[in-house]
Amino acid sequence: MLELIVISTLNGVLYGMLLFLMASGLTVIFSMLGVLNFAHASFYMLGAFFGFQISRWFGFWPALLVAPLLAGLIGAAVERYGLRHVHKNGHVAELLFTFGLAFVIEVVVEIIWGKSPVDYRVPRLLDFPAFTIFSTNYPAFKMFMLLVSVAIFLALLIALKKTRVGLIVQAALTHPHMVGHLGHNVDRIFMMVFAIGTALAALAGVIAGPALQTQSDMAELLGPILFVVVVVGGLGSLRGAFIASLLIGLVQTFAVAMNESLASIFGPLGPGITRPLLADIWNVTIAQIAPIIPYLLMIVILLFRPKGLLGTRES
Amino acid sequence: MSDLSKVAAPSRSLSSKKRRFYGSWIATAIALLALPYIFSSGGSLTTFSLIGTSIMFSLSYNILLGQTGMLSFGHAVYYGLGGFATIHGMNLIAGSKLPVPLPLVPLIGGITGLFFAAIFGWVPTRRSRTAFAMISLGVAELVASSSLILHSFFGGEAGISANRTKLLTVFDWNFGPQIQIYYLVAFWTLLAVVAMYALTRTPFGRMCNAVRDNPERVQFVGYDPHVIRFLAFCFAGFFAGIAGALTAINFEIANAAYLGSMQSGVVLMAAYIGGVRFFIGPIIGAIFVTYLLLVLSDLTAVWQLYFGLFFILVVMFAPGGITGLLMKHRPLVRAGTLFTVLRAYLVALVPTLTTIAGLILAIEIVAQHTLNAGEDPNTKAFGVRFNAASPLIWLLAVALVIGGFAVTRRTWRWVEKAWDEALIAAREKGFYA
Repeated sequence: MLELIVISTLNGVLYGMLLFLMASGLTVIFSMLGVLNFAHASFYMLGAFFGFQISRWFGFWPALLVAPLLAGLIGAAVERYGLRHVHKNGHVAELLFTFGLAFVIEVVVEIIWGKSPVDYRVPRLLDFPAFTIFSTNYPAFKMFMLLVSVAIFLALLIALKKTRVGLIVQAALTHPHMVGHLGHNVDRIFMMVFAIGTALAALAGVIAGPALQTQSDMAELLGPILFVVVVVGGLGSLRGAFIASLLIGLVQTFAVAMNESLASIFGPLGPGITRPLLADIWNVTIAQIAPIIPYLLMIVILLFRPKGLLGTRES
Repeated sequence: MSDLSKVAAPSRSLSSKKRRFYGSWIATAIALLALPYIFSSGGSLTTFSLIGTSIMFSLSYNILLGQTGMLSFGHAVYYGLGGFATIHGMNLIAGSKLPVPLPLVPLIGGITGLFFAAIFGWVPTRRSRTAFAMISLGVAELVASSSLILHSFFGGEAGISANRTKLLTVFDWNFGPQIQIYYLVAFWTLLAVVAMYALTRTPFGRMCNAVRDNPERVQFVGYDPHVIRFLAFCFAGFFAGIAGALTAINFEIANAAYLGSMQSGVVLMAAYIGGVRFFIGPIIGAIFVTYLLLVLSDLTAVWQLYFGLFFILVVMFAPGGITGLLMKHRPLVRAGTLFTVLRAYLVALVPTLTTIAGLILAIEIVAQHTLNAGEDPNTKAFGVRFNAASPLIWLLAVALVIGGFAVTRRTWRWVEKAWDEALIAAREKGFYA
């Protein structure tokens, strides 16, 4: 039991930090541009596939640097030539533009890399167990992932809170017009923020790719969870996104590790259920319902706090 | 005397308007009746049935997006649940020999859609705009994932099936042949279209529009935007459920794809491509998209890419969809200044099509190299044969794209100028819309 708790906590924090790496970019982009980037998870997927391709040609370490840069460049182009153009057509058009983009990116990835998972491996340098607890080897690469996400998190925090650029970005979040009047190029700030946000998502993809599965449906699997994180945390709240990321990361990781079902908990005390639908519910294990737990959590939290955990604004 | 004529004039035009209005509905009904006699092959009947359910589904989606301003990413949930309930209902009716004929069965789907929309709708409709969109997506994922867990109801990956001919037969219609299914779909679609049109004309429909445009003002008038959004959500769920039921009857099967994100995405795209600001928009969109997908998937292996790119183009350059684009020309038509614009369109069409041809060629070459790597480079897309390995074809694609794009930009600037002049001329004559 203790083993399960320690390992699941580690994995949960890791997963939560990865989620936050993406949710932070998504939140800042949403706060600034007023558009929730539906294609954000697609940039995560692009990062993983770029990372796979580049690490095949030049090795993992160049990929760690180049893949996010590439994805960031694509992100900047998307903002400059797509979103900025769509802005005048209203919010729905903006959201739908990113929706179409997500669709197109998935199809393009399928065309180039195929539908089956690619062989994206952990770099040899990190392919050893970091430590052993309760006879479980914890891989060094996962520690590396955790390290990278924490480092990025700290860098982001310092950049936003302590630097001049961060100050301007924070100001542009709430008062874009005022920042523009003060002589800053708000359009360029928006483009940079979009590029950095997508680059962060891609970075998450590069480091998550070898540990999870690099496949053309990874954006579709992760995207909705990412939106749950942002909605649960409260739209536009970075701190909320952080709490929600960790919460969902931990809850889902713990759920996956648990094989209990209602039937096994109540054991012989349970009523003999013969109706098939009820038996389905009775016998399903917690691990099996792990994929839907984030959504259940979202509904429960929104029932009591319609604006999310730390949300202040309506939309 | 002059006063009297002023009063009398609108009433006469009103009655002629009414006649035209009812006339167009009757004409539609007659056209639906006659359609199978013009296109009588089994394939076209299946296509028509598909288009019919798609129209109903898109229109139900537009109750949300177009009428009430709610962008839902999970509308297929109510469509799919309606379909599943219908299959279960048909099996139950056939199993216990209940006296229910097939034409009434779509109501099962409608009521199921309504029921689940009422359950799942309360939380998302509290919020509007982006938050609503994300929560609707979450609910959709919840249901889609649950459908794989609750094996006995949803039948897992394979889905569940039923036999539509085993129900009570009335007037010798056993609904085996496709033509009978066509008439069933046509009947329900027409009924639903009339009902949904009538809904937009009720005070409730008007309040939906008000919630879309200015929810704060709605609160001042004494309505709760949440309740109105919730009711609109329920209506949309009801009609989506009927559409799902008809699809289930048409294919005699329901599976997890019915309520998946792909289905939700396609209905969104169909409604938006048709144009959400007009009632007729989603109808046109549903016909266009259903037909496009059928044709496109025959022509090329990477049809999804073209569909996605087409959707992005619509969002970028024609946010009003097809109907919005057409309606923009109304003042020009009425003022008679359309001709110069049409001329500019014709000129711009040549380089635009050249660029598109170049893009398609480039995409097809890349697709040939990645999808069929190591196979015969001689391939065929859109009915045209070419050798994807020859450097000449690469050069041709690049030249078409770059050259075409350079000219396209210029000609479209010219179109813009012609458009502005024609619009100003129309406005001077007093035609604004």
